[in-house]
Amino acid sequence: MNDYNQLIFELSKPTRMSYSLPENDVDDSAIDEVIAEKYLRKEDALLPEVSELDVVRHYTLLSNKNYGVDTGFYPLGSCTMKYNPKVNEDLASLDGFTTLHPLQPTSTVQGALKLMYELQNLLEEITGMYKVSLQPSAGSQGELAGLMLIKAWQQARGEGHRNKIIIPDSAHGTNPASASMAGYKSVEIKSNDNGTIDCEALKAMMDENTAGLMLTNPNTLGLFEKDIIEIERLVHDAGGLLYCDGANMNANLGITRPGDMGFDIVHLNLHKTFSTPHGGGGPGSGPIGVTKALEKFLPVPRIVEIEGHYDLNYDEENSIGMVKSFYGNFGVMIKAYAYILTMGKNLKKASQYAVLNANYMKEKLKNHYILPIDNCCKHEFVLAGLGENEHHITTLDVAKRLIDYGYHPPTIYFPLIIDSALMIEPTETESKETLDGFIEALIKISEEAKTNPVQLKTAPHHTPVRRLDEVKAAREPKLRWK
Amino acid sequence: MHPYSPHTEQDIQEMLRTIEVQSVGDLFDDIPKQVRLNRDLNIDNGLSELELKKKVKQLAAMNLGTEDLTCFLGAGVYDHYIPSVIKHLASRSEFSTAYTPYQPELSQGTLQVIYEYQTMICQLTGMDVSNASLYDGATACAEAAFMAHASTRRKTIIVSKTVHPMTRKVLKTYLTYKGLNMIEIDEYQGTTDLSHLKQAVNKDTAAVIIQSPNFFGLIEDMSDIESWVHGHKGLLIMSVDPISLALLKSPSEYGADIVVGEGQSLGNTLSYGGPYLGFISCTKKLMRKLPGRVVGETSDIENKRAFVLTLQAREQHIRREKATSNITSNQALNALMAAVYLTTMGRQGLKKVAQLCVQKSHYAAKHIQALPDYQMVFDKPFFKEFVVKTTVDSRTVNDKLLNKGILGGYDLGDTYDRYEQCLLFCVTEKRTRSEIDHLVRELEGIK
Repeated sequence: MNDYNQLIFELSKPTRMSYSLPENDVDDSAIDEVIAEKYLRKEDALLPEVSELDVVRHYTLLSNKNYGVDTGFYPLGSCTMKYNPKVNEDLASLDGFTTLHPLQPTSTVQGALKLMYELQNLLEEITGMYKVSLQPSAGSQGELAGLMLIKAWQQARGEGHRNKIIIPDSAHGTNPASASMAGYKSVEIKSNDNGTIDCEALKAMMDENTAGLMLTNPNTLGLFEKDIIEIERLVHDAGGLLYCDGANMNANLGITRPGDMGFDIVHLNLHKTFSTPHGGGGPGSGPIGVTKALEKFLPVPRIVEIEGHYDLNYDEENSIGMVKSFYGNFGVMIKAYAYILTMGKNLKKASQYAVLNANYMKEKLKNHYILPIDNCCKHEFVLAGLGENEHHITTLDVAKRLIDYGYHPPTIYFPLIIDSALMIEPTETESKETLDGFIEALIKISEEAKTNPVQLKTAPHHTPVRRLDEVKAAREPKLRWK
Repeated sequence: MHPYSPHTEQDIQEMLRTIEVQSVGDLFDDIPKQVRLNRDLNIDNGLSELELKKKVKQLAAMNLGTEDLTCFLGAGVYDHYIPSVIKHLASRSEFSTAYTPYQPELSQGTLQVIYEYQTMICQLTGMDVSNASLYDGATACAEAAFMAHASTRRKTIIVSKTVHPMTRKVLKTYLTYKGLNMIEIDEYQGTTDLSHLKQAVNKDTAAVIIQSPNFFGLIEDMSDIESWVHGHKGLLIMSVDPISLALLKSPSEYGADIVVGEGQSLGNTLSYGGPYLGFISCTKKLMRKLPGRVVGETSDIENKRAFVLTLQAREQHIRREKATSNITSNQALNALMAAVYLTTMGRQGLKKVAQLCVQKSHYAAKHIQALPDYQMVFDKPFFKEFVVKTTVDSRTVNDKLLNKGILGGYDLGDTYDRYEQCLLFCVTEKRTRSEIDHLVRELEGIK
């Protein structure tokens, strides 16, 4: 099964088919009678020609070469790979949602708009922000939209010269990339020895050109930025705005809210905190929440409610405009909405158990791997690999060996400020038994590093493919079949 | 206890002992008291699965979709037939519950699907390289404009007004905040005003963006555009309907440098605007300027064919502020649906879909323009959409059609002042002759 190694194109045989379409029931006019030949293609696009069973078997076999949350433990740091409830999939695939054209009259989509409006309200309560827009497609687009809002707000105040966004060296790579896309210059602020923001350094960096600070709290080391009140004061006193990268919101539900911490803007990742499946790299959804002062700059359209009737408003002269066609990834929103309704007040428990799980693992592992900062962590923590060791076993080796034990490896070599990082985020939906099994595997690997290094260097051993030649892939790019 | 939390009281106590704290609450002591939420979230208690289903189904039942209404609405998002196999294969949770394929040994499924998707996009567009998908057609167009800026180091993007109005709005947002300029070229009788375009292109032009079939459904005459743009060393970006490419000349034959489009038509449900996927493909020369994920073929240590995320030196997690884009999550599962769709329809089936669109839309156009109150606005070749002007109020037309169970055309007066009282109708392969005849009869009766 795992040896299946064919491309769909290699199964193709002329005239085989897997489609079924009705016969044409209108005039059978020739295409070149209505569209001049100069516009027509001379050679067919060489798409596959296979039977329906070929299609089903091919993609099923490929799925067998994949690993998801449903397959096993997936402690990928900063990705919140929690269980993706099945009922949410059923609900998102109801005809009453999937068959709605986005340009239908709003009178025919009241249920969809009501769901979105209620989801906005729920997210406003959870984040403590004044208003939420569901439009951004994913976290990084939420960041981009949020930075545009900062610019729009400052321009409206005659402070369009502010061109600098401060970003910690522990931040997700999307932060500086988003800043560039929004036309900002990003300036890195170094973390202190405790892995958090150094307020003195921040103070020194704030000036009349500073537009704002992007902060993840808890940060990517899983540590709560304890000086958040001082940070908030420094940024606002200097005329900047405070942006919250909400990728780590799974530590905060019902415990502390970006709005209460003084953030002006937050983005959420519905595909992390709110349990929607990540699809092997999307679709996600990245709503943003803002303060009252920023509301009028939110992307259009906005959903408005007037006496129980819902509508879309495109007329907001201060808006940054549209950041995506239509209203966001509606199909993803349905799942997040269903999740929040299912959890209710238990959302707080989700964060508590996520933090409990992470601290438990950290305690159990800290004597076997280097723990660079031994403080109480939040929903995730970072180990610095095995350190200097006789057989030069790297974090990559550890990660690949974990695969042999049946686990998806943690995030590795990130955050960049920790050498050889292993960033572990267990999430709350995993049991103590699962954590114990993973801990045991990691401890065994730390012993194998001394006794059987070859096992680690050659891992993984039982996967459909072994370690890849990634240099070749980049040097001689082969990006399509021919 | 809750179905999504496995923690028993005994588990919790054992774990707390290991951590050497008294209670779970102690784990949050480092959060300053002033910023803690000292109350419960104002959210109702959790619902059981039964209650949840009932509540959400009620919301779904408040909507009327294309199963309830006969859809003649298109305007960038299309009601094409979706074969059953797609939902089944996309629901396989090994695909749907995986993250971005960072660990290739555990992700060959996702990686190979994307590689096949990239190949099929190249086959349709005729381009050399495709990425793994972007958010939607509009953001793909904006990313293409950024690519052109990065590649030419020029700041002006020229875009035809026949490009989808929402795409232009998104483009405007992206360009404004990046500090780039956007020049819109007017249309003449439904297609890009070529004489204006020719005058507008100069040494400051980073790219020209043309959509074909355009927003009015018309096929643009591309014969000269490439030489004007390339003559000034700018780039040609084309936005296309992937279904149309089974019949129409590929953008590479017109000399396009970057090709983008909305991929929803390829086996993705309408879903009230998303999630869809945007596709982007380009020439080999621009490969290292592409945004987002790209999958490449390589081999493993046993020399077995394998797939991996590659050219990552372009991406945000490596290059940070110098990355070609900030995109991280793309629309992988939607791209999978597109790949399964293109495989299922295949070489012959996609052509058949495109032919049926042409034949049925022309049948509808012929019969609608024969009505006394309706006339075709443009006399140019079209693919599956056409514009008719009505002497009856266009809003009344759509309201009355809706009463008869028909989702009417897009009202162009909403976005083009020049086209008040004009409706853009779309006819896909799903519409039957009797549905089209029904539309024509109802239109005839509306006064």
